Amino acid sequence: MNTAVLSVRDLVVEIPTRNGVLRPVDQVSYDIAPGEILGVVGESGAGKSMTGNAVIGLLDPPARITGGEIHVSGQRIDNLPREALRRLRGRKIGMIFQDPLTSLNPLLTVGEQLTETIREHLDVSESEALNRAVAALDEVGIPAARQRIGSYPFEFSGGMRQRVVIALALCAEPELVIADEPTTALDVSVQAQIVALLKRLCRDRGVAVMLVTHDMGVIAEAADRVAVMYAGRLAEIGPVRDVVSHPTHPYTAGLMASTPLASLGHNRLRQIPGAMPRLEALPDGCAFHPRCAYAEDTCRAEPGPSIETCGGRAACWFPLSHDEQEGAA
Amino acid sequence: MLAYIIRRVAQSVLVLLVVGLVAFSMFRFVGDPVDNMLGQERTQADIERLRVELGLDQPFPVQYGKFLGQAVQGNFGLSYRQGRPVADILLERAPATLELAAVSGLMAMIGGIGLGVFTAIRRRGLGANIVMTSSLVGVSLPTFLIGILLIYVFSVELNWLPSFGRGEVVRLGGWTTGFLTESGLKALILPSITLGLYQMTLIMRLVRTEMLEVLRQDYIRFARARGLRERSVNFRHALKNTMVPVITVTGLQLGSIIAFAIITETVFQWPGVGLLFINAIQFVDIPVMAAYLMLISVMFVAINLIVDLLYFAIDPRLRLDRGTGAKA
Amino acid sequence: MSDSTAKQPEPVAPSRLRKVWESDFVYSFRHAPVAVVAASMVTLMVLSALFAPLIAPHNPFDPATLNLMNGFTPPMEPNAFTGEVFLLGTDDQGRDVFSTILYGMRISLFVGFAAVTLAMVLGVTLGLLAGYIGGWTETIIMRIADMQLTFPAILVAMLIFGIAKGITPPEYRNDMAIWVLILAIGLSDWVQFARVVRGATMVEKNREYVQAARLIGRRPVSIMVRHILPNVLNPVLVIATISLALAIIAEATLSFLGVGAPPTQPSLGTLIRIGQGFLFSGEWWILFFPACTLLVLALSVNLLGDWLRDALNPRLK
Repeated sequence: MNTAVLSVRDLVVEIPTRNGVLRPVDQVSYDIAPGEILGVVGESGAGKSMTGNAVIGLLDPPARITGGEIHVSGQRIDNLPREALRRLRGRKIGMIFQDPLTSLNPLLTVGEQLTETIREHLDVSESEALNRAVAALDEVGIPAARQRIGSYPFEFSGGMRQRVVIALALCAEPELVIADEPTTALDVSVQAQIVALLKRLCRDRGVAVMLVTHDMGVIAEAADRVAVMYAGRLAEIGPVRDVVSHPTHPYTAGLMASTPLASLGHNRLRQIPGAMPRLEALPDGCAFHPRCAYAEDTCRAEPGPSIETCGGRAACWFPLSHDEQEGAA
Repeated sequence: MLAYIIRRVAQSVLVLLVVGLVAFSMFRFVGDPVDNMLGQERTQADIERLRVELGLDQPFPVQYGKFLGQAVQGNFGLSYRQGRPVADILLERAPATLELAAVSGLMAMIGGIGLGVFTAIRRRGLGANIVMTSSLVGVSLPTFLIGILLIYVFSVELNWLPSFGRGEVVRLGGWTTGFLTESGLKALILPSITLGLYQMTLIMRLVRTEMLEVLRQDYIRFARARGLRERSVNFRHALKNTMVPVITVTGLQLGSIIAFAIITETVFQWPGVGLLFINAIQFVDIPVMAAYLMLISVMFVAINLIVDLLYFAIDPRLRLDRGTGAKA
Repeated sequence: MSDSTAKQPEPVAPSRLRKVWESDFVYSFRHAPVAVVAASMVTLMVLSALFAPLIAPHNPFDPATLNLMNGFTPPMEPNAFTGEVFLLGTDDQGRDVFSTILYGMRISLFVGFAAVTLAMVLGVTLGLLAGYIGGWTETIIMRIADMQLTFPAILVAMLIFGIAKGITPPEYRNDMAIWVLILAIGLSDWVQFARVVRGATMVEKNREYVQAARLIGRRPVSIMVRHILPNVLNPVLVIATISLALAIIAEATLSFLGVGAPPTQPSLGTLIRIGQGFLFSGEWWILFFPACTLLVLALSVNLLGDWLRDALNPRLK
C-alpha cells in the first residue's frame, strides 16, 4: 500500500481528564488511495471527526496523538513540528467543515479568503491568484464566478456557501481532502448536489477523500470503501457494496438494518438495543458486547481480533457468516 | 440605512429631553432659585419681581420649554457661587478636561486592544497570566488610589513630575492647550495614566473575552485548516470579528472617561469641568450641576450615536440588511 | 455549625451536613485557594468592623481620650512627648490610625451592604414586575434602565447625592450624609439586577409549572415570589457580590472627593482624603494604612465575586 495518499497506522488519540485518560480514537488503521473516497461512519462520539482532526493536526488540546503513525503521500506527518504541519494544511490536506454558515469568515469577501489561501501556499502573483480563485469558484459550480468574487459569504445561500467552502479547501490543490459531515447542515435537495460535486472533483483531480458522516445514504451514494467506527475503534472496513450487503461485524449489521436504504431492499427498519457507551465508561473487551446478540465471555474479556473479510477487515470474535446476517441484532 | 439613522437620532433627542427635564427639575425644585439669587436684604417686592423675571409664575411646561430654549443657546444662568454665567465658566474649563480625556482615551484604546489580543493569543503563557492577574488588581484598585500612588512615586519620592495643575498653558483663540509647553506635557502624564488605566483594563479584558470567543468559531478552525499563518488567523480573521462588540464598549468607555475625569481632576487639582462639578456639588451650586449634566449627556448621546454608525463601516451584513430594510 | 446540628435530634442531620460538604458548590470552593483566602479576608474584615468598639484600642470619636500631644506619632514608635505607642501611628489630632480604620471600615461596609441591599430589592422588584407584567410597565421600567445605563454609575450617584444634599436642610446635612450616600449608590446600581431578573422572569413565566400555578388561581404576587424568585437567586447573588465591591469603591470614591461620608463620620475614603494632605510632609502612615485596607477589602470581595460567578453560573461570564 505504498501508493496510498493517506495511510493511518494504529492511531491512538487520548484526552487526559480529571477522572483518567479517555481514548476517543483507539488503534485505528486504514489507507486511502488516490481518487478514492473512503466513507467513515458511526454514531456521534464514535471518534470519526476526532480521527479527521488528528490527521490534519487540529486536535483541540488537551486531546493529542499518543500512538501510531500518519503518512501522507509517503511522508510521516504526525511528528512534524507545528510550522511544517501548518504548511501541509491546505497544500497537501484540505478540510471541509460541517456548517457552511459558520465556516466562512463573515467579514471577508470570498475572493479575499480564496486569494489569501492560494497565495499562502502557491508562489503566484495577486492577479494570478485572483484568476485561480475565479476558476476555483467556477469549478465548484458557482454561476458568474467573476462577478461573485467580491461578495461576502452572507450573500450566498447555504448550498452555495458549501460550494465556496469546497473551493477554499481545494484551491491550493491538496492531495487529500477530509470532509467532516459536509452535507449534514444542508437541505436534502442540496445534499445530493454537494455529494455529486465531491465525487466529480475527486474523480477529475485524483484527490483522495476521507468522507466523515453518520449518513449511510451519503456513503452508499459517494464512497468507494467504508470504515465503520464504534466507540473509538474500527469495527469494520471494506468496499461499500460488500459491507452494505454482507456485513461481518454485528454492529455493522445492526447499523445497516436500522438505515432506510432503498438499495438494501429491507422492508422493516430494526434498531440496535441500548446506546453507545460513553468514553468514560467503556466496557472491557469488545465495546459493543453489551448490545450484541452474539456476545460471549470472550467478547467481555478481550477486544475482537482483526480478521480478513471479503475485501476488507473486521474486528470481531464471532463474525457473521453470509446467511446469518438477515437475523442480525 | 437612512431610516435607521433617523430613528436613532430621534431616540437620542428623546434621551436629551428627559435629561433636560431632570436638569430643569433640579433647577426649579432643589432649593429656591429666588432665595439663592437674592442677597440677605430683600423685600417681598424684590421676590415677586424676580419670580416674574425668571418666569416662575408661568405653568410648568412653559417654564420647561423656556429652559430648553435657553439651554440650546448655551444659556444656563448664573452660578450661585461665582455669580458669573455658567456657560462662560464651563467654556473656560472645557479644554483642560478634553485634552486630558483625549490623551487617556487614546492610551486606553491602544493599550487595551494590544494587551487584550496578546493575552487571548498567548492564553496559557506566563506573560499573559501576569497581565491578567495584575488587571484584576487594576479593576479592584479605585482610580483615586492609583492617582495617589503615582503622585507618591513620581512626585514625592522621585520628584520627576508635578503632582497638581496643568503646568503652563498656551492660549489659542478661545482654547487653552497644555500640549505646547514642556511643563504642560509633563503635567499631563500622571493624570492621563490615572484616568486611562482603569478603562484600559476594562477594554483589555473585553477584547480578550471576545477574541477567545471568536477564536473558537468554525471559520477560525477553517482558516487554520487551510494552513494560514497564525498571524493572519489572529489579526486578519479573528481581530476584525472581535471589533464589533469591542467598539460598542470602547465607545461607551470613552464617554465615561469624561465622567471619571471628575475623580482624576480632584486628585491632581486639574482645572477642568470635573473639578468644577465636584465643587458645585459640595456647595449645592445647582445651575453648574444642571449645566454639567446637560453637557455630558449631549456628549454621551453623541458618542452612542457615532458608535452605532461605526457598525456600518465594519460589518458588511449590516450595510446590506439595513439598506434593504430602509427601502422596504 | 456542629452545634446547630447537635441540637437537631433527627439522624438525617449529619448526613445532610455531609451532603452540603460534598456538594459541587462546596467542593469547588475548597479547591479554589484564592476564593478561600478572599472569603477569609472578607469574613475577618466584616467581623472586625462589627466588633470595632471591642477591638479598637481607642475610641477615635470620644474627644476625652484624645491627646493632641500624641499627634503624628509614627507606627510602633513611642511618642516623643507622652511615650505612648500606637500600632499604626496617629493622625494630626492624635487619633489612633488603627482605631479610625476599624471604625472607618464599619462605615464603608455598612454603606456598601445597605446600598447593595437597596439596589437589590429595587432591581429585583422592578425586574420581576417588568418581566411578569410586560406591556407599558415593562417599557417604562426598561427605558429608564437603559437611559440610566448610558451614564456611569458613579456619575449618577454623585448627581443623586448632589440633589439630595440640595433638598436636605443645611443643619441636617452632616447627619443625613451616610443615608444620602446609601440612597445615591443604591439608586445608581439597580439596573443590573433588574435586567437579569427580567430576563429570567420572561423565561420562567412561560414554563408549564407557572402556567399551572396561574390556572389554579394563584395570585400574581405569590407566583412571582414563590415560583419565579427562587429561580433567579443564583445570578442575583453573583451580581450582589460584584456590586458590593463596586459599592465599596464607589463609597470610598465619593467620600474621597468630599461628597460622601463627612469627617465627623469618616469612612475609609474620608480617611484617605484626610491622609492625602500629609503625603508631602512625610506622615505616610496616615494615608498608607487606610488605603491598604480599602484595597484588600475591595480586592477580596472582587475575587470572591469572580469565583462565585464561575461556580454558580458559568454562562454569566
